[in-house]
Amino acid sequence: MNLQNILTEIEKVDGDALGRIEHMSRRSIFQSLLKKTVAGAGAAAFAGVLNKTYAQSSSVADVLNYALTLEYLEAEFYNMSLAAPGLIPMAAMPYYQQIAKHENAHVALLKSALGSAAVPKPTFDFTAGGAFGTVFTNVQTNYALANAFEDTGVRAYKGQATNLMSAPAILTVALQIHSVEARHAAQIRYLRGYPGWIVNAQENGLPQAIYSGEDNVTQGGVNLAAAFPNINQLRITEAFDEPLTMQQVLAIAGPFIKSLNR
Amino acid sequence: MEKPQTDPMATVEGLSGKASAALGRRVFMRYIGATAAAGVALSACHSELVDPAVTGSGRAGDAIDLGDIGSNDVNVLNYAYALEQLEAAFYTQAAMMPYSGITDAERKILTDIRDHEIVHRELFKAALGSAAIPGLTPNFSSINFNSRASVLGTARVFENIGVSAYNGAGQYIRTPDYLVLAGKIVSVEARHAAIIATLLEPMGTAFAGDNVIFPSTGLEEIRNPEEVLSLVKPYVQEILNGRNGRR
Repeated sequence: MNLQNILTEIEKVDGDALGRIEHMSRRSIFQSLLKKTVAGAGAAAFAGVLNKTYAQSSSVADVLNYALTLEYLEAEFYNMSLAAPGLIPMAAMPYYQQIAKHENAHVALLKSALGSAAVPKPTFDFTAGGAFGTVFTNVQTNYALANAFEDTGVRAYKGQATNLMSAPAILTVALQIHSVEARHAAQIRYLRGYPGWIVNAQENGLPQAIYSGEDNVTQGGVNLAAAFPNINQLRITEAFDEPLTMQQVLAIAGPFIKSLNR
Repeated sequence: MEKPQTDPMATVEGLSGKASAALGRRVFMRYIGATAAAGVALSACHSELVDPAVTGSGRAGDAIDLGDIGSNDVNVLNYAYALEQLEAAFYTQAAMMPYSGITDAERKILTDIRDHEIVHRELFKAALGSAAIPGLTPNFSSINFNSRASVLGTARVFENIGVSAYNGAGQYIRTPDYLVLAGKIVSVEARHAAIIATLLEPMGTAFAGDNVIFPSTGLEEIRNPEEVLSLVKPYVQEILNGRNGRR
């Protein structure tokens, strides 16, 4: 694994490339992608639009490759979990199958959008060097990692939103993935017996870094705990999911990436 | 591919005719002094059970114009504020009048969500200050608050609308901090949507069902403001108008 590589790669944010994209073309893509039918039509429409307009924009591609790396991780995790004999109980099967379907679709969508610029699938080690040795034999360990990947995924997408502001069509697609990851996260948390939302920075047995900053009570410059003393402060922290930077996310995901294969 | 129509509000008649009539006689409401004062009182006297927004400072039949949602951040924030008002009022009532047979776990979920929505609403109100639209007056006459199916079914509809509305409006936002803020909220709404759906249908894929997530792309549905406003219209006594962004 070479974490530094991916960090360096991802940090090449070229703001000018975005500025170079002509405004009118952004606008027409935006309008066509805003239509639900087009957004639902499949990867091809999205890919075509993307390739035409964003081929020159390294920063959008970098964000998408970052997203793709996380989606590769999630998709392979669920595929392997479903393939592990007797691991996932019947009751949880529909959840895992549905989530796996979405993560594989996200991979396909991002890959086709990026075309030849797509990064290859890394080689993963879901035991993280042995730290989670029972990931595919103990279902509670497996749920815990699913929880970790989903909550991290939500925070990762959120952290990139502002980097996609100059590309509204892509931003919308990212938001449409982001809320799906949040649904997954809630369901897996619920399956583990926790609330669907993140309470304070409670890590529930997962690495604390995944929840770093989730106890924030200041939003939009307003200290909500001070402003609304009658509302339980825990509810205030739950009401907002906080973003993570690429560096924070890669520090969390890094141990699960054995090789980037690039 | 045609989506299964599990959304009971999907059949609600569109705004078109009434909206254009309403636009003709629209009233721009900028309750500069009144809203600011109400906001202070509201913050100061908020309590667990009495939620002032249920009464609202708008009046039934008033037209409230959100304008072109894409033209500036105030309009997007007011759009979000309107939706959060509706959600907060709904959960406040649901928590106050627990449906028959409610479990402790369900009660906890509904009161947690109520508080989240109140916090969202109050944050938008504070952020908007004198530019905020008035407090809306809900119309929940179609909801049977004694019925689990009615309450959770409506909650599911509201959450799905909320997520699709935020997803559709993100690209209108000009100020990066507001985009991040909307992002912080929408994922919590999506968590609500998943949990409410799983209460209704515990054994299946409802938490992220094919009715709201396109199966071929794994993307959640998006709605433009006019679609959203036509869906929430039956639940609000004021006439809420707004136009799709033309950014």
